Amino acid sequence: MLQGLAEELRRVLRPDSVIDDPVRLRTYECDGLTVHRARPGLVVLPEAAEEVAAVVRACVARGVPYVARGSGTGLSGGALPRTDGVLVVTSRMRRILEIDLDDQRAVVEPGVINLDVSKAVRPDGYHYAPDPSSQQICSIGGNVAENSGGAHCLKYGFTANHVLACEIVTPEGEIVTLDDGPGYDLLGAFVGAEGTLGITTKVTVRLTRNPEVVQTLLAAFSSIEQAGEAVSAIIGAGIVPAAIEMMDALAIEAAEAAVACGYPENAGAVLIVELDGPEPEVAHQFAQVKALCLDAFEQRVARDDADRALIWKGRKSAFAAVGRISPAYIVQDGVVPRTSLPRVLASIDRLSRESGVKVANVFHAGDGNLHPLVLFDDAEEGAEERAEGVSGAILDLCITHGGSITGEHGVGVDKARYMPRMFTDADLDTMQLLRCALDPAGLCNPGKVFPTPRLCGEIPRVRRGEPEGELY
Amino acid sequence: MSASRPGGPGDEVLGVRPVRVERPETVEEAAEALRRAHAEGLTVVPRGNGTRLHWGGVPRSCDVLLDTRSLDRVVEHAAGDLVVTVEAGVPLARLAEVLSPAGQQLALDSPVEATVGGALATASAGPRRLLYGTPRDLLIGVTVVRADGAIVKSGGKVVKNVAGYDLGKLYTGSFGTLGLIVRASFRLHPVPAQHAYVTVSGREPLKAVLALLHSPLVPSAIELDGDASGSEVVALFEGSAAQARAAEAVRLLGGDARVGEEPAWWGAYPEGEVLVELRAKPSELPDVLSVGGVRVRGSAGSGVWFLAVPASEAAELVVRLRARWTAIVRHAPVALHDELDLWGPSSTLALTRRVKDQFDPGHRLSPGRFIGGV
Ligand SMILES: Cc1cc2nc3c(=O)[nH]c(=O)nc-3n(C[C@H](O)[C@H](O)[C@H](O)COP(=O)(O)OP(=O)(O)OC[C@H]3O[C@@H](n4cnc5c(N)ncnc54)[C@H](O)[C@@H]3O)c2cc1C
Repeated sequence: MLQGLAEELRRVLRPDSVIDDPVRLRTYECDGLTVHRARPGLVVLPEAAEEVAAVVRACVARGVPYVARGSGTGLSGGALPRTDGVLVVTSRMRRILEIDLDDQRAVVEPGVINLDVSKAVRPDGYHYAPDPSSQQICSIGGNVAENSGGAHCLKYGFTANHVLACEIVTPEGEIVTLDDGPGYDLLGAFVGAEGTLGITTKVTVRLTRNPEVVQTLLAAFSSIEQAGEAVSAIIGAGIVPAAIEMMDALAIEAAEAAVACGYPENAGAVLIVELDGPEPEVAHQFAQVKALCLDAFEQRVARDDADRALIWKGRKSAFAAVGRISPAYIVQDGVVPRTSLPRVLASIDRLSRESGVKVANVFHAGDGNLHPLVLFDDAEEGAEERAEGVSGAILDLCITHGGSITGEHGVGVDKARYMPRMFTDADLDTMQLLRCALDPAGLCNPGKVFPTPRLCGEIPRVRRGEPEGELY
Repeated sequence: MSASRPGGPGDEVLGVRPVRVERPETVEEAAEALRRAHAEGLTVVPRGNGTRLHWGGVPRSCDVLLDTRSLDRVVEHAAGDLVVTVEAGVPLARLAEVLSPAGQQLALDSPVEATVGGALATASAGPRRLLYGTPRDLLIGVTVVRADGAIVKSGGKVVKNVAGYDLGKLYTGSFGTLGLIVRASFRLHPVPAQHAYVTVSGREPLKAVLALLHSPLVPSAIELDGDASGSEVVALFEGSAAQARAAEAVRLLGGDARVGEEPAWWGAYPEGEVLVELRAKPSELPDVLSVGGVRVRGSAGSGVWFLAVPASEAAELVVRLRARWTAIVRHAPVALHDELDLWGPSSTLALTRRVKDQFDPGHRLSPGRFIGGV
């Protein structure tokens, strides 16, 4: 069915930029959430915005759906392809186009790897602040689509706070730049729209001056409640650390098995608290933080960058590390108000005990973003369903406590069905008004985010108070 | 009960007198007012405390002026979460009073008389935008009443949340043309223990600005007031060791740099018949200053500038600015609106129109207040 399209695109793109060989297509059948798989009808590897626009226009002309893909590390199935559609992969758009230190910005193509931006400006004492744990492989275009966060977004904010402009190909195939110019803040709405409002072809990101000093504390507590209280005390003291991360005993066990990070033994929970900024500020607040972690049975301060990297190694490898202690697991992503962390963790513990499903907890404690890892043995009959049940129940807990079903991994295909638990039909319908404005045909990454698509109706022609013929 | 009365003197929005004024006391009453307007095909213009009512275009029609000032409840201040939820009519001054016992603040330098809804609708921010961003960066959840009267929300009341489209950003700066903002949740910041201002004057302000930006001293604001012949750059430091950092900044800047007071012009728009907001890159400062005998004030660290000019010079200046930058006329005598083209060109005008068509198909919400007659 896509044969004609493939031939057409081979005339517009370099012939080897169009893939329809079934074996090669399989490479792209899933993103980081491997339970959802679909072999794309066609894959294209454009090298410029004009090529992306040509692909989109060709798709629209034929009514063919299309999906953008960066590095495919997404954890909600956002880049899940369509068997009847085209997958637009940005891996050949990897140039850093401009670095402007005086204006603290860089212009990059969407396929540029997150960490490569920081590497490019490191000699000048700058970095790109959003630092997802996947930063060695994920793309800036994917970050924009997911409004990705990272351990340091507690202080520095998310992708949305660090993107100054985006050139996009609209769902109708036009190249448009969204920035802070007059008109609605379409840039703000585009970031985090999970690739459903167009394809990013160029991004202007903010560069952040490296802090003068960084101090990192690893504090080990005998219980997760004590660690939680320390977090509340730190925030309550008016301190905004660069990061506060927490891991429970099971997560520590996994990290230890995988990377031998050498965390204190027999800890019920560890906290990583990092402060950064001007030296006198950090010195003052770090002393306070250490005092507020009084209940910790051991405190370890990173001596240098290498030591700091070791402390972080345990945390950063935690997701993968769980593979050492369990054949399979689900990575959940939910948010609760920070103050309800202790109650929610107690409830997760109860859920786990009642169901016999183990849960390892890793989270961005400073902003209440939980990443429970729900363990199961995929060889065991019904185990996956039980794990799914616990994972879903955790999301319900997040909603009941006034939180969110996703803090950074996005809704994608995976959580669309949970959206009605957080939003009313009218809320979801209103969000889709924006979608109808940009993608009336509904061909741009369809089936993601929303449980039920909205039909974009005709727009009434009569308008009050408007002299006829003035507009359009 | 929602108060409803005929429009009278003093109710005008840029000279347009509303037929009726509605002042709902609850979100439900506000929705009811919009449902009625929808059923009767009436145009509706929201207002808060009127600090920016003269910004934006003249409404093409105003059947109902919707006064939000009685939507004035602080719904919830979750101090431990650094989050507050308020109704749209709460003035920023009152919000500050509510937050201060907990040592917290909404880090938004809008005039304190402004209501939360007005600050959002105009997306106005001040000096500390450099560190904390603008309203879009602080808003985490919003409830609006749609043109048809439906009460809808996006976002939530947790600081980290990517579920669904972030419509809060779309409503921010929309001048009441997409919906009536009735409730908002914000992320808060601790009130810093110390403040310190560092002032440096002279003919090379860019050098000072860049030295501060490239330093690791993290100023909360870098403001400038002046023109091509000379200007004053003032940086604000906040924190538990702000004074020590300010002293460091003085050493770094040299010359006549000194620790000083907050200048009288801090955070205030320059006064004049026409106020223009200019967006340029920080490094373009010398060009902005030499744009022609005009006094310039603004956020040097972010590249947001305000220029006040007499009506007679405005048209010529605006054309010159737009040849190179984004320049929005914030306010001007109504007679000049058409000539000046308040918002100027926009690469996304077609998309803006399509968004408007979806959210308010009858074009009944603040018609004509926004770009391109939207
Ligand atoms: C080990 C691991 C750790 C992770 N840690 C974090 C973390 O700490 N924080 C966090 O936020 N996320 C994290 N993630 C999730 C993931 O890395 C992020 O969501 C990332 O931003 C995805 O980038 P990507 O390039 O892989 O995008 P993809 O997976 O390829 O795509 C993600 C979404 O973006 C869309 N998209 C991609 N490129 C474009 C484009 N150019 N234009 C429009 N839409 C586009 C896709 O259609 C899809 O909807 C982690 C993932 C893994 C595997």
